[in-house]
Amino acid sequence: MELCELTANELHRMLTGKDVRAEEICLSVFRRIDKTEDQVKAYLALHPEEALEQARAVDRKIAKGEEISPLAGIPIALKDNLCTKGHRTTCASKILYNFVPPYNATVVDKLNGQDVVIIGKTNMDEFAMGSSTENSAYQQTCNPWNPDCVPGGSSGGSAAAVAAGEAICALGSDTGGSIRQPAAFCGVVGMKPTYGTVSRYGLVAFASSLDQIGPLSKDVTDCALMLNAICGHDPMDSTSVPTELPDYREALVTDIDGFRIGIPAEYFAAGLDDHVRRVIEEAITVLEQRGARVEETTLPHTEYALPTYYIIAPAEASSNLARYDGVRYGYRVEDAKDVLDMFSRSRSRGFGAEVKRRVMLGTYALSAGYYDAYYLEALKVRTLIRRDFERAFEKYDCLISPTTPSTAFRFGEKVDDPVTMYLSDVFTLAVNLAGLPGVSIPAGFVDGMPVGLQFIGKPFSESTLLRAAYTFEQSTTHHLKRPSLTPEVE
Amino acid sequence: MQEMEAVIGLEIHVEMNTETKIFCGCRTAFGAETNTQVCPICLGLPGHKPVLNQKAVEWHAKAALALNCEIAPYVQFDRKNYFYADLPKGYQISQFFYPMGINGHVDIEVNGETRRIRIRQIHLEEDTGKLLHMGNITASPSSLVDFNRAGVPLLEIVTQPDVRNAEEARLFLQKLRTIIQYTGVSDCKMEEGSMRCDANVSVRPKGSDILGQKTELKNMNSFRAVTRGIDYEIPRQIDLVLDGEEVIPQTRHWDEAKGVTRAMRTKYLATDYRCFPDPNVPPFKNDPAWVEEIRQSLPELPDARYARLVKEDGLPPYDAEVITASKAMADFYDQTVALVKEPKTVSNWLMGEVGRCLNTAGKEIQETALTPKHLAELLGLVKKGVITGKIAKDVMDEMFRSGQDPETIVKEKGLVQIADQSELDPVIDRVIQANPKVVEDFHAGKDRALGFLVGQVMKETRGKANPQMLNELLRRKLQG
Repeated sequence: MELCELTANELHRMLTGKDVRAEEICLSVFRRIDKTEDQVKAYLALHPEEALEQARAVDRKIAKGEEISPLAGIPIALKDNLCTKGHRTTCASKILYNFVPPYNATVVDKLNGQDVVIIGKTNMDEFAMGSSTENSAYQQTCNPWNPDCVPGGSSGGSAAAVAAGEAICALGSDTGGSIRQPAAFCGVVGMKPTYGTVSRYGLVAFASSLDQIGPLSKDVTDCALMLNAICGHDPMDSTSVPTELPDYREALVTDIDGFRIGIPAEYFAAGLDDHVRRVIEEAITVLEQRGARVEETTLPHTEYALPTYYIIAPAEASSNLARYDGVRYGYRVEDAKDVLDMFSRSRSRGFGAEVKRRVMLGTYALSAGYYDAYYLEALKVRTLIRRDFERAFEKYDCLISPTTPSTAFRFGEKVDDPVTMYLSDVFTLAVNLAGLPGVSIPAGFVDGMPVGLQFIGKPFSESTLLRAAYTFEQSTTHHLKRPSLTPEVE
Repeated sequence: MQEMEAVIGLEIHVEMNTETKIFCGCRTAFGAETNTQVCPICLGLPGHKPVLNQKAVEWHAKAALALNCEIAPYVQFDRKNYFYADLPKGYQISQFFYPMGINGHVDIEVNGETRRIRIRQIHLEEDTGKLLHMGNITASPSSLVDFNRAGVPLLEIVTQPDVRNAEEARLFLQKLRTIIQYTGVSDCKMEEGSMRCDANVSVRPKGSDILGQKTELKNMNSFRAVTRGIDYEIPRQIDLVLDGEEVIPQTRHWDEAKGVTRAMRTKYLATDYRCFPDPNVPPFKNDPAWVEEIRQSLPELPDARYARLVKEDGLPPYDAEVITASKAMADFYDQTVALVKEPKTVSNWLMGEVGRCLNTAGKEIQETALTPKHLAELLGLVKKGVITGKIAKDVMDEMFRSGQDPETIVKEKGLVQIADQSELDPVIDRVIQANPKVVEDFHAGKDRALGFLVGQVMKETRGKANPQMLNELLRRKLQG
């Protein structure tokens, strides 16, 4: 097995045991990128020189006998909506084709502080709006398990990079499932932490009340290591929580004896692929064998999650994306007649179809005469959805569900029908609306394509989720499987 | 003909004096070089998040309480969405749905009667940047933007439509400015734009309770402009109504040079701001104990101070009003009175000589070198007869210029009063000898003659002669 196929935890042990140098790990990842990136197209930008320099710096530390952090020297990819000082941050949009932030996102600073090696910026749906990464203005990312299929989205580049060994771990952002859904499609672990756990400073906003940064990794252990590295209060983000957070590594125990796990019936209803259902049922059996008490429960307002989400998220987006007007940065038409013409044509040409659709949806929902009927109603339903979960968590330590109704679909299959596309997030949206943590882990395969199992917990119960997920993972081998990219490449 | 009346509501924007902006650490100083007081947050760069300046919230509460407002128990910041090149984020963060200050009032004196102008709300928001047009706004080939002002904390004070004419508007604005200045929240300089006033004006038959179509007057950059703008707009609307025409609801620009209000392009008029709560700024609840703490921290406000000066210091109402119109002046007064215990004398000097010096210099009292201690010393010198009142005025000029203490000035310039007969006698004799004609006039009963001779002696002694002694000596010599 090549170094790039190992986990951060394994590589850390090798680094501290001086069995390998960080530079070698980095080179292994870049060799893999050379080999597979033409096909996967996970990255919008690579920073090889800086990455190697970071890796060598870690090697020098090790040589000097200094203690290194658990993620020191680990090659990590960043979704391209995380601001990186001096490096283009495009959100896969034409409108930010030339935007170079003069600052790092807080998570980037935190990772730098841990001496991670940042490989580059990954592809995504434009401004994180989408479920297949097909909405990128630049390129189409393939699912490493089947190049005819989408990697999911919007963090499709991050998920594909980790699955293909083009990065050891990655960061994504999740507004309605954008970490968990691509993690499920690409057979990796993806976590959306509780709203407020990770600072959003420097995350280019899509829907500010829903956005949350989280890790993608090959296994649950790495997920815990990444979460440790990025979580915590940040005075630069007023919604980040000022409470002490635990060391998530302590959650990595294989013991869920007596755990009470609820299965929301609504997540197993029509629309769920039968094969996926069977994989999840097997997973439930595994959890029960490990001592969990699993029973069916209900989240009665589930059917309203999707329409609620598609009012709140676009409403916030319509406002968050208003700043892209061509005045201060980004794309601007050159031949504008006047300032209004400059605004409207820069935006018309700079944004892609899905972004425009959502900006229009959101503008409509906030307009005079519709605000009460749509936006305010949606806020009320959002509260009902949150209460559904609160009631469920009075009885259960966590809930489980399939992460997605089906495995990864084919390119073009859903692009012409936005509602069908939106439905691929139907099991993940409610978690964002309620601000809860959710993690998707590999649960098996259907026709060679990965299936994700989602754990949902009450606010700040990441440790509980990690423990359950870790126990499941350690009882199975799905997370150990790696995609074999097409024969002519491998 | 039907008598008409105007109904006017005012919207006043006041820039706060806080060190830093409302959502970032940038400075707020006026007049800095363009785009030097900016950062990713106030420039609205992608990924930034606002962090609320607690000082601004505190000062907001202070201003609201000083304007007799209730402090709302729940406050929320909302986004007001619109596109404009001076608006970095494409939205302004403001308290739209849940403003912090509500239901206040300011009392003004109009022709000896008290009029209450109710304040509907006072809310906190961020200021925008400033467009710099090349040439005029409509024909400019390009524009530049200065974002130094973007994110400066701004209070918007909205009155009920209780104002009836330009004079009331002016009196209200002056009173408002005084109150806010007392709180220290803003310097309220209209000429620097730290206080801006828009007026919603409509007219209706007197006594009616139906509101007419209103126009919004903008670009009135001084108290005088507000008065003139309203004085122009009211008859314009009355003429329209009396001619059977309609007042078109629109925003009208006050043209200072031409002295008219003019309709702006009506394009943005029906703007739908699509306000909704800003998810980046957590709403907050106000603790009554905190509100009480702020209330306790308020200084004595103009009305209370006025009452004290009239009642306890025995000042005439006019004096009290002039002195309390500026907190700095009132503080100066109090500090001086504490030293010399003669309120009316202090008030006379502040309104007279000090006022004259301030007017000449075009300064506010806190901007000068003059101190209450020095003024008190000067009054002491006059009282003790060391210098004459006339000399004291010259000493005041010098104190104003140099900031030196009066005793030093008096000593250095040799201004000590001459109250010694042996010194005055020879001067008087000289004057009498030199003016035989005037002396004749005196004996002929012309009183003015004495005044002339006094003046001549004063001239010779450079004003230092003790006036009573001089009068007496002169009269005695002439009659003797």
